[in-house]
Amino acid sequence: MFSIGSFQEVAYIFSAILFIYGLKMLSREDSAPAGNLVSSIGMLLAVIVSLIEVVNPILVLSAMLIGGLIGSLFAIRVKMTSIPEMVALFNGFGGLSSYLLAWSELQSLNSVNIITLIGALTIFIGGLTFSGSLIAFFKLSEYLKSTPSFLNSLSKYLLVICLVYLGLFSSYILLQSFGISPSFLPNFELSFFIFLVVSVFAGLVFVLPIGGGDMPVVISLLNSLSGIAAALAGIVLSNTALIVAGCLVGASGLVLTLIMAKSMNRDLYNIFFVGYKSSSSSRGEVDGEIRPISSEDAYLILESASSVLVVPGYGMAVAQAQHVVKELGDLLQENSCEVSFGIHPVAGRMPGHMNVLLAEANVSYDDLFEPKDLNPKMSTIDVVLVIGANDVVNPSATEEPGSPIYGMPILEVHKSKTVIVLKRSMSSGFAGVQNPLFFKENSRMLFGDAKETISKLVSEFKD
Amino acid sequence: MMEIYLLLFFILVLSIFLGLELISKIPSTLHTPLMSGANAISGITLVGALSLGTEGTLQTVLAFFAVLFASINVFGGYLVTNRMLRMFRKK
Repeated sequence: MFSIGSFQEVAYIFSAILFIYGLKMLSREDSAPAGNLVSSIGMLLAVIVSLIEVVNPILVLSAMLIGGLIGSLFAIRVKMTSIPEMVALFNGFGGLSSYLLAWSELQSLNSVNIITLIGALTIFIGGLTFSGSLIAFFKLSEYLKSTPSFLNSLSKYLLVICLVYLGLFSSYILLQSFGISPSFLPNFELSFFIFLVVSVFAGLVFVLPIGGGDMPVVISLLNSLSGIAAALAGIVLSNTALIVAGCLVGASGLVLTLIMAKSMNRDLYNIFFVGYKSSSSSRGEVDGEIRPISSEDAYLILESASSVLVVPGYGMAVAQAQHVVKELGDLLQENSCEVSFGIHPVAGRMPGHMNVLLAEANVSYDDLFEPKDLNPKMSTIDVVLVIGANDVVNPSATEEPGSPIYGMPILEVHKSKTVIVLKRSMSSGFAGVQNPLFFKENSRMLFGDAKETISKLVSEFKD
Repeated sequence: MMEIYLLLFFILVLSIFLGLELISKIPSTLHTPLMSGANAISGITLVGALSLGTEGTLQTVLAFFAVLFASINVFGGYLVTNRMLRMFRKK
């Protein structure tokens, strides 16, 4: 009466509870580390009870050993600044695993039925997650610079073709399951093989045209999709652990995706299928002139300030300047100046990117503030130091209804007394929108590499 | 046969709602760890991959790599999340 199968089911209930508690704890600061531990115990439990009944123990254990070693090595050796691409890569492997799993299951089915259809969906979402995450990985690690624009417009059509094939193949399976052999696709084996290729191709053409600034949204969406692929694979295998855990990931990923999209004031359709360029109606030049200053001038301004707000962006990540930024912050504090950090939710290339970098540099997260807390008191801040951030401090978002980023919640640094903008050159931000902040009366431009510039400021303070 | 799948579908729908309710409010500091932690959980495909059949070369190869990649996801995902959260601890 009490079979191995029902023993596994009972254990899966416990792992589901652990996953739920783990995720809940992960969403609160004080309990997050314990939450990750709880969820990993859930995983351990689920894996152990599944190991009781494996077909080919040597094969499975060696694969687990190799995979575990590779994963652990990556995780231990990766630099904190490379976390975004690492998460993208792991996520892609999760998708790939669902893809292979469903492929294998479909090979062993001896009739075409509704499960074939769900298996095909698993393959499509898993394949898309895999290749999409891989592209995100290459983009984030800067192996892949911007894509040529002809490819950008072409890939939209290619994606549509992939989706059409998904539709065709799904109807083919449905018709076959009712005993009808449709003639709009070749025989099942060949159509299935094409489908395997199309699924991976879909991820490529989906993520290729999406630019760096939209990466936070893309990564969290891919994360959500890898969960959905796992849940669908769970239906194919009739495995409740996969269904519950996969759905939890899918849903939480979706919540995060929507939070990201909301911080950019754009809906998902606009991000994935329109992009910034075609949504822009005006990109006029800004009147006024920029006021470049030297690091000596900047030092004098900072030295006399009694409150400084640091606003980091992707430029800080690229220059790996977080440690010198922390050092500068400490020196300012010794100079009896109040230092805080303004973190915009979509600054950088992944959700919470700036938080990770500043935590690596030992900045306490009591000093980090979100736009909604900072904006009301912006006019009382003496100096704002913008380090490689652009679109998230662009006043067009509040002042210019025609601007493509109009309506995006920003850090309203232009309302402070003085803004010092650290920037490599005058090129526009990811959104391709000119930033009037640089031309404001109270703005000063400090050109150069963020790390070098801040190091200079630090040595000025020490002298 | 069909009843089992309907039941599984029922579990799927309920879990999605549970997931949506579970993470309604989250401080931006935790966006990355939550994503990375959730990503580790999506490595649950490992459990499914362990049960795959291994008749024939193709299926053996598929099963091997399904387990391998899911293991990278699980081990790497949990460790990297843990590293990140340790760094976040208050000094």
